[in-house]
Amino acid sequence: MSDTVISVEGLAKRYLVGHQAARGEHYETLREAVTRGVRRFGRTALDMARGRQIIQGDTVEEFWALKDLSFEIKRGEVVGVIGRNGAGKSTLLKILSRITEPTRGKVSIRGRVASLLEVGTGFHPELTGRENIYLNGAILGMTRREIKAKFDEIVDFAEVEKFLDTPVKRYSSGMYVRLAFAVAAHLEPEILVVDEVLSVGDAEFQRKCLGKMKDVSAGQGRTVLFVSHNMPSVQQLCTSGLMLSHGTALYRGPIDGTIAQYMSSLDQTSRQELRSRKDREGDGRLRVVDVSFHDEKGNHVETAICGQPLRVRIHYESQYDGQEVPVDVAFNLRSNNGILLTCFANMQTGAERLAVHRRGYFECLWPKVNLRSGSYMSTLFVGVEEQTADWIQNAFQIPVEDGNFFGTGRLVTRDHGDLVMDQVWTGAPA
Amino acid sequence: MTIESHEIVLEAGRAERNYWRDLWRYRELFQVLAGRDVAVRYKQTVIGIVWAVMRPFLTMLIFTIIFSRIAKLPSEGEAPYALMVLAGLLPWTFFSTALGDASLSLVTNSNLISKVYFPRLIIPTATIVVSFVDLLISFVILVAMMVWYRFAPTVNILALPFFVVLAFLTSLGPGLWITALNVKYRDFRYIIPFMLQFGLYVSPVGFSSTAVPEQWRLLYSLNPMVGVIDGFRWCILGGNSHIYWPSLASTVVITVFFLWLGIRQFRKMEKTFADLI
Repeated sequence: MSDTVISVEGLAKRYLVGHQAARGEHYETLREAVTRGVRRFGRTALDMARGRQIIQGDTVEEFWALKDLSFEIKRGEVVGVIGRNGAGKSTLLKILSRITEPTRGKVSIRGRVASLLEVGTGFHPELTGRENIYLNGAILGMTRREIKAKFDEIVDFAEVEKFLDTPVKRYSSGMYVRLAFAVAAHLEPEILVVDEVLSVGDAEFQRKCLGKMKDVSAGQGRTVLFVSHNMPSVQQLCTSGLMLSHGTALYRGPIDGTIAQYMSSLDQTSRQELRSRKDREGDGRLRVVDVSFHDEKGNHVETAICGQPLRVRIHYESQYDGQEVPVDVAFNLRSNNGILLTCFANMQTGAERLAVHRRGYFECLWPKVNLRSGSYMSTLFVGVEEQTADWIQNAFQIPVEDGNFFGTGRLVTRDHGDLVMDQVWTGAPA
Repeated sequence: MTIESHEIVLEAGRAERNYWRDLWRYRELFQVLAGRDVAVRYKQTVIGIVWAVMRPFLTMLIFTIIFSRIAKLPSEGEAPYALMVLAGLLPWTFFSTALGDASLSLVTNSNLISKVYFPRLIIPTATIVVSFVDLLISFVILVAMMVWYRFAPTVNILALPFFVVLAFLTSLGPGLWITALNVKYRDFRYIIPFMLQFGLYVSPVGFSSTAVPEQWRLLYSLNPMVGVIDGFRWCILGGNSHIYWPSLASTVVITVFFLWLGIRQFRKMEKTFADLI
């Protein structure tokens, strides 16, 4: 049966957010503080009299988390919902699971929805594992009978038999998550909505959970909406995808196409000049304006070459003037399908204080690039004096070409994974 | 829960058609949440459930000393003063803990509200059930005190369940109203403890409402707890106490009004709780 179970038409959701006025550098006088306070009180009192929401801050702005979103989902589909942070994924799930109401538009849902936006919702630390299974089950919409019938299966899945009658506040975090997920995994709704909950728990347990979810969807023809940033698990689990960007659907189709679309959208943003990127966090005491790559001698290069040294220069502008201060510069590398490969950070090498100039660059020397050809996405973080100064998701990419890594004259190529490791082989008699 | 395929339509400002049926379907969650709050209430305390008895008992002692011995106020008929105080203290203690806890209930359960759907009415109501359990437990001291004073109840005691239900509804109405508003305006969090403290002296808890001058009696009855407390006394003290009908009538009217107001306010704001909390 391939009928529509969820249909969304012109969905929009507005939030009101308040901003603190920037106070800049100068100190506020008492008079300024008082007038600001009075003005703010006047506004909140007026809001309250009109029965409106009170918003903290000096100015109020509308923010559309979703705008004009339409799509349909058929019975038995497992849909991966992907998109960058702030694309509206979580808002969509909240509307579908009836936690919040849309501002405009219409959603029709046929069937019982269970949502799993967090593992262990409503777990009470003072209660025992056994009591929490019933509590959490009831919160997720299971009946007492259903829970009783599946109780042993849940305990088995969570591997917590010995601690069933211990308050969960004595559990290790791993046990806690396993128990919480075990309850959720045994939900049997017609439509299951899952937010990024698999990111907790160890790899082994994640695999187990994915397997369980796959069984649920494939075996019993249930519809699943799955939000994750973990592309491998999305790819493994989902049959189709929905990509959101700035609150609207950018792509709806087979999962491979969706992931490709997502990856290329990451590329596009990262090609934007860093200087003009707006989606950054931090207090701006130091701003990264560009990232460049150089060879061993310092000559500018466009791509890194496998096996060769690479200098990554992070150019910035700052409010400092040559002082040596505690600096925390870090960038990570993600492979094409979104797997986090590694992280480069000055802190881990012990170089914790660096001179910071009005304009300058931090340089990271990577003595031997051990990536196979491809493009690697990087998120960039700079902290100065223990405060986040600049933090840009997917700030730049490092393009890598195949190279003569082992010095044998043979190229190492892509088919064997992303990483190349230095290695020494010998043979010996037993 | 029923497995039948039903269609839900989510739209802005759309009233839930099956709201009350939904509430019924979630009755198990109601039981579980109330059970959780009861189970957790006295965890990691030394004397546990005895607290439910201790608080009204100690307050009774103090009130008897202050109002009877020092202020020399009269009791109702022949009834021992302590017993009269206790008969008023039981519904008042219930009312104040119920209203206090209920008005904070949504905010304290914000993690549930922002992560999972269910009819939100369950939360404040389940909270009141916990205070209700305390009330039932504290009837133990009432029985003990009646035995101590060799005070036999009359047939009036049979009306007690009615007044217990009335006390429940009297706290539910304002509880719903305030807890909904408290999500938006956290000012209520500071207003409520103050109001309750004030109410303790305004309501006839430590003294009999017959001590109020006749010409003020009607005005005094606008406090819905007056009717509830008088009712409790009438049931427990039997012929020594007389029911003042205007105050009972005003209690019922005010309770119904607050229930209507509370439910209306609650339903109106319910869908935005997750955004505001």
